[in-house]
Amino acid sequence: MNAEQYRITEEPYYQPQKREIELFQAAYASRMPVMLKGPTGCGKSRFVEHMAWKLQKPLITVACNEDMTASDLVGRFLLDSSGTRWQDGPLTLAARMGAICYLDEIVEARQDTTVVIHPLTDYRRTLPLDKKGELIQAHPDFQLVISYNPGYQNLMKDLKESTKQRFSAMEFDYADAEVEADIVMKETGLERNPAESLVKIAQVSRNLKGHGLNEGISTRLLVYAATLIKNGIEPHDACRMALVCPIIDDADIRDTLHHAIDSVFA
Amino acid sequence: MKKIQCGFPRVQNVFGDCLEEAMKVLSEEGVSAYIDGAQALCKMGRGEEPVLAFLEKMPSAASILGEAIISDVVEFTRRLARTPNSRAIAPFLEGMNSAAKALESRELFLEYLELVREIKRRTTPRVHGIDSMYESACLPEFLKSVPRLFGQLSLGGLRNWAECGIRNHANDPDAQKSYFLLQSADSLAALQRERHGTLFVDHERKLDHYLRGLWAMEVSFVPYSLAFDILRKPVPHFDDLGIHLPDSYEDLHDVKGIDRYRALLAHICAHLRWSEPVMADNLSPFQRIAAEIFEDSRVEYLAMQEYPGISRLWKRLHPVPKEGACPEGWSEIRHRLFTLSRAIIDPDHGYSNPSILKYAEKFREIMEDGPSSTEQMVDLGVKFIAETRVQSDLSAKIYFEDTEVGYRDDNRLLWRFIEEGDEEEFDSKPVRHQEKAEMERLPPRLYPEWDNEGSHYRPDWVSVYEHLHPKGDPGRIDSLLSRHAAAAKRLKKLIDLLKPQNRVRIRYQEEGSELDIDVAIRSLIDFRSGAQPDARINMSHRHDGRSIAVSLLLDLSASLSDVPEGETRSKLEISQEAVSLLAWAVDRIGDSLAIGGFHSDTRHNVRYLHIKGYRENWGEEVKGRLAAMEAGFSTRMGAAMRHAGHYLSHQIAEKKLMLVLTDGEPSDVDIHGARYLIEDARMAVRELDAKGIHAYCISLDAKADDYVFDIFGNHYTVIDKAESLPDRLPKLFMMLTK
Repeated sequence: MNAEQYRITEEPYYQPQKREIELFQAAYASRMPVMLKGPTGCGKSRFVEHMAWKLQKPLITVACNEDMTASDLVGRFLLDSSGTRWQDGPLTLAARMGAICYLDEIVEARQDTTVVIHPLTDYRRTLPLDKKGELIQAHPDFQLVISYNPGYQNLMKDLKESTKQRFSAMEFDYADAEVEADIVMKETGLERNPAESLVKIAQVSRNLKGHGLNEGISTRLLVYAATLIKNGIEPHDACRMALVCPIIDDADIRDTLHHAIDSVFA
Repeated sequence: MKKIQCGFPRVQNVFGDCLEEAMKVLSEEGVSAYIDGAQALCKMGRGEEPVLAFLEKMPSAASILGEAIISDVVEFTRRLARTPNSRAIAPFLEGMNSAAKALESRELFLEYLELVREIKRRTTPRVHGIDSMYESACLPEFLKSVPRLFGQLSLGGLRNWAECGIRNHANDPDAQKSYFLLQSADSLAALQRERHGTLFVDHERKLDHYLRGLWAMEVSFVPYSLAFDILRKPVPHFDDLGIHLPDSYEDLHDVKGIDRYRALLAHICAHLRWSEPVMADNLSPFQRIAAEIFEDSRVEYLAMQEYPGISRLWKRLHPVPKEGACPEGWSEIRHRLFTLSRAIIDPDHGYSNPSILKYAEKFREIMEDGPSSTEQMVDLGVKFIAETRVQSDLSAKIYFEDTEVGYRDDNRLLWRFIEEGDEEEFDSKPVRHQEKAEMERLPPRLYPEWDNEGSHYRPDWVSVYEHLHPKGDPGRIDSLLSRHAAAAKRLKKLIDLLKPQNRVRIRYQEEGSELDIDVAIRSLIDFRSGAQPDARINMSHRHDGRSIAVSLLLDLSASLSDVPEGETRSKLEISQEAVSLLAWAVDRIGDSLAIGGFHSDTRHNVRYLHIKGYRENWGEEVKGRLAAMEAGFSTRMGAAMRHAGHYLSHQIAEKKLMLVLTDGEPSDVDIHGARYLIEDARMAVRELDAKGIHAYCISLDAKADDYVFDIFGNHYTVIDKAESLPDRLPKLFMMLTK
């Protein structure tokens, strides 16, 4: 068990928007499970990395998907030459070593899979491995963090009420225009003017959310666009490539955003 | 100077002046041809009007199209005079100029003459194939409308528009007349379709996105037409109803129509965001217009800070008034103000008038100072007027050249009035109390119809009225059903087979009901070869659902009350039984089914009778409506299918099926061509197909194969023994949906 590989050594850049660092630290102090809500690409994962670095704890991240089973989280027996061998899953590993376990996009996992985290998230802080016949008592440093995007336009994908009620939650959103421009500048070294223009385009798309767009342009995409501009690509082309093309299939909205790009970058 | 030999005194009166005009624009040969032409018209003996029109219009037309056109026109007129259509000569000559201006080349103008000839030929009543005895029904009307038409249509559009009128009203000269005079709704609809430019309707969604995205505003649009309001040209404006804007925009100065809309919306949104209404009562009209100019410039300045790219659009669309262009004795108030406006929006204006430069600079200083307000602009406007005022400003002749900014609104929201003005208010007419007619039916839905000869849709051609079917005695349907108890029993077996119970395998399960041998072997191989095996080697099953929405469309035309040979009951009664049995069966299977009947009495009154809705239960209500079914009128199938398809397309189901139960070919009393409605129905089937709806026809007409195949392709069944319908209809349905 090598905890070192899960440690974050360099400070990941994170620009706080409100008091989220303070709040997270308070939750960690009592090892309270935390749910991070917010649209895609607004900095949830970066925040967790930043906090793991700040608290000097290892971080184990699991990207959840539909095919994931409970054994993918907890662990399973494998056959080997001398019989069978137990292999810990990421959740078990984190509980043993006292890491922060981050389940990204938890709604993607099926509901019956999600249930295995329940005993870890209340006063018990245990993880029963029924196949192995072992009951793990979580390490005192262990904490569970999940991320959850409520914007999902899918009735089938939602968390069970019993799962939701085990977490404290923090709401994330795209930063204010000025802060978001700061983020883009810090991440890529772009000057202020083009960075502010990029943010304006993102805001246009966020205004259109729900009218043919499922999600607005995220900060992550803005960083991509800024990187392209920084690499010498003309701003119009960079925006089309990084901001418009990836998320838009609707011709009318594409046209409006192209016009917005032309308006913002004169 | 040549003289004209002509007995009309009015011609003699104007001839001198006209000749003088002509000599300015025409060469010597041209003038001579011009005089000869006028002479020929005089001798034609069709009165003085044609001669006067020719004298007045010919020179400028010839200057645009070349002088050769004079002889073309004279020849054309001479031929027209030999037919009974001499009444058309004067309007033709009157409209010649606008045609010349729109077409700009002799070749196109000759094509236009050809079009006039064709319209004449095709609208002239023929008796025994000879058409030289009667006057064309609507040629003069067409020629009178030509100036307006060329304002909006290209020659191709004009031809299509005329074609519609000729064909659609071939048997109704009065309707044709009002079509060509642009008085009927059909004519305006056809005109709207042929117009050039960017049509608002095609881009409404984009503009909505524009407002929402760039300005975070949600405002409704109220388009107005520039085509029909000739006296007062409406201007864009904003009021309680929303943004009023033109229904189409031509490209202008390299700015696309859609971008002109955006330029307009940007200007109005800028006002909404930054303008504050101010008191108007203490300001003179001059001061107000000056204040408006400064305020327009201010909000545009602020908008350009936010979206620098808009300036490119605005600069191109803003007129460029030329310094000193205003002639002596005219009021240059507007010219001066818009020069200033140009100077503000375009820093490279190159104007030298000191007061313009001074105020443009003052404006810039205020704007660069930070937060500005409407009040400041009013102040600036008042000062500008006071400083630059000259006597001639009060002249009644106002110089308008280059002073109209198309993308700006009329600023009606900028002003607040304490007192009611003396000016007449044109916009709000006194509301007359109207007795509200009781609404007995839903307003009609308009559908297009396919014109097979013209290969185009006739826009908004058919009005479909939807009614709730009247109710009868539901007990009748129950007794009908009990008569078919034996058939129902047989059906029940089929229904049980059809009920959703298909088992579908779900593979790759870690825990399932059975071992999936394929995957298990693969896992073992992985394991033996040292790779990590997949643990999901089981599989399980689930039941598959059935997701079908069905719309049953019943033809309720008059022929349905016929009693087929060798039968005691009418087709209507047999259909009733069949439909009841089908509805019962579908209800048992659990698919969602809608039933509607239709018949038509010309295109203005197609009735769609609602019998059962998709979510409605198979209960007393529905049975009652079914029991009251009656036959009457004709069969306009396409419109009914489009209407039923409209509802069906909104159902959420994997398969959508439309069953059409009919007893004859499509027909209606206002249709003369045999193929027209068949082709339209065929088109309707294609439209449904494009929406993912399968149309299937059950025909009771034994001789139906010819036309039913044309309409539905292979998707039809002809039931030649009507009495077997109750038995076959439900089975057919099950076969189709198995």
